[in-house]
Amino acid sequence: MSVSIDFGGDSLAGWIQHKSGISVQRCYQCGKCSAGCPASSDMDFAPSVLLRLLQLQNAESDQKVLSSYSIWLCLTCHTCSARCPMEVDLPKVMDVLRAESLRHKLVNKRAKDIVAFHKSFIDTIRNFGRLWEVGLVADYKLRTRHFWQDVVVAPVMLKKGKLSLIPLFHKKFVSRIFSGLRNREERA
Amino acid sequence: MKIGLYPGCSLEGSSREYAESLRAIAPHLGLELEEIEGWNCCGASSAHQLDHTLSLALPARILAQAEKQKFPELLVPCAACYNRLASTKKDLANDASTRDKVTDLINMPYTGVTSVQNILEVLNLVLTPDVQKKIPAAFPHKVVCYYGCLLVRPASVVHAEKMEDPMQMDDLMKRIGATPLDWGMKTECCGASLSITRTDIVGKLCGNILEDATMRGAEAIIVACPMCHSNLDMRRKEIERVTGKKFSIPIVYITQAIGMALGLDAKSLGLHRHFVEVSVHGKNKVQQNVSSPSMAAVS
Amino acid sequence: MSRIGVFICHCGENISATVDCEKVAKTLASMPGVAHSVDYKYMCSDPGQSLIRSAIKEKKLTGVVVAACSPRMHEPTFRKACAEARLNPFLCEMANLREHCSWVHAKGDATTDKAIDLVSMLVEKVKRNKPLFPIKVPVTKTALVIGGGIAGIQAALDIANAGQKVVLVEREPSIGGHMSQLSETFPTLDCSQCILTPRMVEVAQNPNITLYTYAEVESLSGFIGNFTARIRKKAKSVDEKLCTGCGECATACPIKKIPSEFNTGLGMRGAIYVPFPQAVPNKPVIDRSRCTYFKSGKCKFCASKCPAQAIRFDQQDEIIEIPIGSVVVTTGFNIKETSFFPEYGYGKYKDVVTGLQFERLLSASGPTLGEVKRPSDGTVPKKIVFVACTGSRDPAKGIEYCSKICCMYTAKHAMLYKHKVHDGDAYVFYMDIRAAGKGYDEFFRRAIEEDHVNYIRGRISRIYERNGKLIVRGADTLLGAQQVEIEADMVVLATAAVANDGAESLAQKLHVSYDAHHFFAEAHPKLRPVETNTAGIFLAGACQSPKDIPETVSQASAAASKVIGLFSNAELTREPIIAVVNRTAPPLFSTCVGCFMCQSACPYHAIEQEEIKTREGKLIKMVAKVNPGLCQGCGTCVAFCRSKSIDLQGYSNEQVYAEVMELLS
Ligand SMILES: Cc1cc2nc3c(=O)[nH]c(=O)nc-3n(C[C@H](O)[C@H](O)[C@H](O)COP(=O)(O)OP(=O)(O)OC[C@H]3O[C@@H](n4cnc5c(N)ncnc54)[C@H](O)[C@@H]3O)c2cc1C
Ligand code: SF4
Ligand code: SF4
Ligand code: SF4
Ligand code: SF4
Ligand code: SF4
Repeated sequence: MSVSIDFGGDSLAGWIQHKSGISVQRCYQCGKCSAGCPASSDMDFAPSVLLRLLQLQNAESDQKVLSSYSIWLCLTCHTCSARCPMEVDLPKVMDVLRAESLRHKLVNKRAKDIVAFHKSFIDTIRNFGRLWEVGLVADYKLRTRHFWQDVVVAPVMLKKGKLSLIPLFHKKFVSRIFSGLRNREERA
Repeated sequence: MKIGLYPGCSLEGSSREYAESLRAIAPHLGLELEEIEGWNCCGASSAHQLDHTLSLALPARILAQAEKQKFPELLVPCAACYNRLASTKKDLANDASTRDKVTDLINMPYTGVTSVQNILEVLNLVLTPDVQKKIPAAFPHKVVCYYGCLLVRPASVVHAEKMEDPMQMDDLMKRIGATPLDWGMKTECCGASLSITRTDIVGKLCGNILEDATMRGAEAIIVACPMCHSNLDMRRKEIERVTGKKFSIPIVYITQAIGMALGLDAKSLGLHRHFVEVSVHGKNKVQQNVSSPSMAAVS
Repeated sequence: MSRIGVFICHCGENISATVDCEKVAKTLASMPGVAHSVDYKYMCSDPGQSLIRSAIKEKKLTGVVVAACSPRMHEPTFRKACAEARLNPFLCEMANLREHCSWVHAKGDATTDKAIDLVSMLVEKVKRNKPLFPIKVPVTKTALVIGGGIAGIQAALDIANAGQKVVLVEREPSIGGHMSQLSETFPTLDCSQCILTPRMVEVAQNPNITLYTYAEVESLSGFIGNFTARIRKKAKSVDEKLCTGCGECATACPIKKIPSEFNTGLGMRGAIYVPFPQAVPNKPVIDRSRCTYFKSGKCKFCASKCPAQAIRFDQQDEIIEIPIGSVVVTTGFNIKETSFFPEYGYGKYKDVVTGLQFERLLSASGPTLGEVKRPSDGTVPKKIVFVACTGSRDPAKGIEYCSKICCMYTAKHAMLYKHKVHDGDAYVFYMDIRAAGKGYDEFFRRAIEEDHVNYIRGRISRIYERNGKLIVRGADTLLGAQQVEIEADMVVLATAAVANDGAESLAQKLHVSYDAHHFFAEAHPKLRPVETNTAGIFLAGACQSPKDIPETVSQASAAASKVIGLFSNAELTREPIIAVVNRTAPPLFSTCVGCFMCQSACPYHAIEQEEIKTREGKLIKMVAKVNPGLCQGCGTCVAFCRSKSIDLQGYSNEQVYAEVMELLS
């Protein structure tokens, strides 16, 4: 399966360099990142393997990377980059990869929930200006239909006074940012 | 010491005990907190996952607001917010075109004059020998200090002295009479951003942390991050499910530990809000006169 | 009137392929002052050279320009040809048509025009050249060898055995260097001490070698054949002539718990000590910073027990000055300590050791008498992890190079461990295996195939301690970077080899270059590997870059042969390309105004002040004077002189201006 994906005439590696200034060719495949990554064992490709795929600079491996589960499991914990001997900023690479995965509609099936969560999170901010946890979880559940997830902790949280059922509205503080971003997208 | 405060969303919601305990100890440490007006969410770990510009604009608006209120320093107790704000500040300082784009979006002037401080930096300044003298050995517990990711990484954003073995929190614990233990999980990740979506991974990572702390004989894990706290405190069921082990070690905010050392009552420190009962206590008598900023009341 | 001969070389086709050589020769022929102009296929060949010789004679040439390759290549050839025809060789110059023109440009008129320009410039210069005569300097036939590791020992012995004198300066109390600390050596596994000690003894006994231990070079002045070295002999607090090396003092010394440098902190020594039993010289020194007497004025137990009454508390550092003809730098290397590695615990875990510490644990003369034991509790480690490339090839830690020796010694360590602990498990985390020496690949393969050492390809992320075990987190990059966690009893880090302490300041004292990592720099990486860019100063061993013993010894012998070659001359000739401060008739004596700007500008300290006096001895003025022995002809002073009183012989202002004007005309 080789679908050609357009990165402004470049490979995905080239696109990453253009977007973030990071050269994936710096990576010499020592595996130190994968060795310390807290999410690696749950990933489909370990972080260093993702970089190897990017180094190949062909459409097939680029597609593998963008449709991988790994890019959504990355916790941005910076353990990898803190110890990388070649100073490859993997978390930043992951940021670019997620954006590209979304843009090219290649999001891994298993990652749908994770994407949904982040979307709910941003929607909550868009609507309330601040995070309203009850609203966030409700929005997320509607998106994913995982109605029973977290039913254990929610009542206790309520009892302990950790959740407010009614949101505070601070939408006005962020509305300009979101409308500005929307305008930008439309212009683009 | 007067300082601007950006509480952040968690401190108003699921981690309100962190805010409560911070506000409770502040007067005893001569700390005057002035909350930033009309603040918004910093975007946490979600914004940068999906939208780079948004992940800069949200914190930038907060920083611009702090400038507007003329705060030379801004205390950001939540480690996640701190990391977002500090990293935005760095990005905006290094790249003029991004700065222009972002200031245009937030429609506010931004110069970058406000210094962003985390809780450890501020406590280090205000938990002075004078304060210490009045509460000798007031928190006589063996603890482990958990820094997580966001207070120590990346090095270019947070200038932690020993990134792989930070000591600031350990040092603060010593000052209130606790014995911080050496352990293996100081800066391991708790899985924060997957808390809702891959609770099983969080269960595994947190299980490692609780297990190591327990094995070392710690009576409590001291934290300075709401994400770490909620994962380690509220996710016990999931942790038990994944690891097949039961853990009873409580997770205590650094502000709560200092509050206990100062003799403040459990309620004012929000200890009742924890899922796991807090079984460590301060040695000082419970202080009734909580709101008094005078140190005389403590001794 | 000048009569210049011009010879254009085709260099086979190297030049003629893009430059019209014939046209160049023709054009030059019509230039004023050119008496002869030809082109030829190979000027450097014998017929080519005789073209020059006969033209000089027949056309009575007053100067020669050969337009060919780089003067670095053939200037000596053509100057010699001129000399043979009795033309002063410094009246011959080369225009570099190959590197500066034909190789870097395409064929075309512009290329030929450029060639014409290049040759014309040289013609204008040669018209103004003056005959010059080489400078002769005598040679002091004593070599100074700095550093008494295997490199210094080998170099000293080779020079001494060729009948020349050597002064060997070692800053530690004994010679031997790192090799004396090693257990057995790859690739043959012979015992390091056994092969080294005889040579150390030979050094002490060779009548041609003067050994100064516990000594350092304070400064070096002068130039090739004529250096003066100032050496500080640190006070040993022991009279070496009286001391018999009985060791009573060390037994008597109440201070016993000083971490021994020789045993890399794994063993202890006293305040008065001999670093190791086979030390040369086998005589103690007092470490004054640790001695009770020097700290509090009381003790002197050692003195009371010394049967030879050799202890000298009042001994002072002594500075000696020695004339030296040549220097060999052999100051070796060092390794990074475990504390350099944050992710491996900042050195806080006792059972995480360096490769050098592991050598001491393997060594029969070491703190455990050769039994592999954990420094923390003395138990035998049953599971051991070796980590290659620790800090090497790691730009994030500021060391991007490969340390070269660690692949091999790690294989050796794993092997020796398995020989000693039969039921133990050994793991090696590595990135690449660099085993390109004779018998090296075979050696490391034996570790895997015969001794069943478990090689895992991947760097490790972190080491931490749990329940007395060291948790090592790595990944197997040959299995999709799958995570590997090993609960080890001990970890050996093959830490990066780095320049020795003080290398930078020594390089500055000797005026030789060093690289960004403070390793001494060779004059040419391929063709002059044991020379520095300062004439008469040579290099050998790990002070130039990390290297193993075979390579170190070969370099040491190479450096020694350079010294012996140098000493085979009674005097040295040097090119007369040096600066000269002009002298004129009285009452001016020189246009030099005595500002001495040049003196502070000269990087070689070659400029002196000269007093011009009347016959009665009254001072008239002070003027600058260049010491021809020290001047390297760099020309810095010329640029600095405001009264234009200095000229560089062979490159005078007049000559250079003439070249430039010709180019502009
Ligand atoms: C752990 C380990 C294991 C090794 N195993 C092997 C092996 O099995 N086989 C092998 O071939 N190689 C091995 N090597 C490499 C070997 O140690 C080196 O090749 C060798 O020691 C280099 O010798 P050297 O004389 O150049 O330097 P060094 O041995 O470092 O000697 C330098 C000497 O100069 C002295 N000195 C330094 N500065 C000054 C100064 N300013 N003034 C005066 N004196 C000074 C020092 O005190 C020292 O005595 C190993 C190295 C290590 C670290
Ligand atoms: S740690 Fe760095 S160099 Fe090593 S594999 Fe990972 S990204 Fe590549
Ligand atoms: S930042 Fe992402 S890839 Fe790097 S160690 Fe953390 S989870 Fe793994
Ligand atoms: S005088 Fe110094 S060296 Fe001598 S025995 Fe006392 S402490 Fe040791
Ligand atoms: S010699 Fe081997 S272990 Fe040492 S730095 Fe080079 S590759 Fe790494
Ligand atoms: S030419 Fe260079 S070396 Fe010679 S005297 Fe002048 S500055 Fe010194």
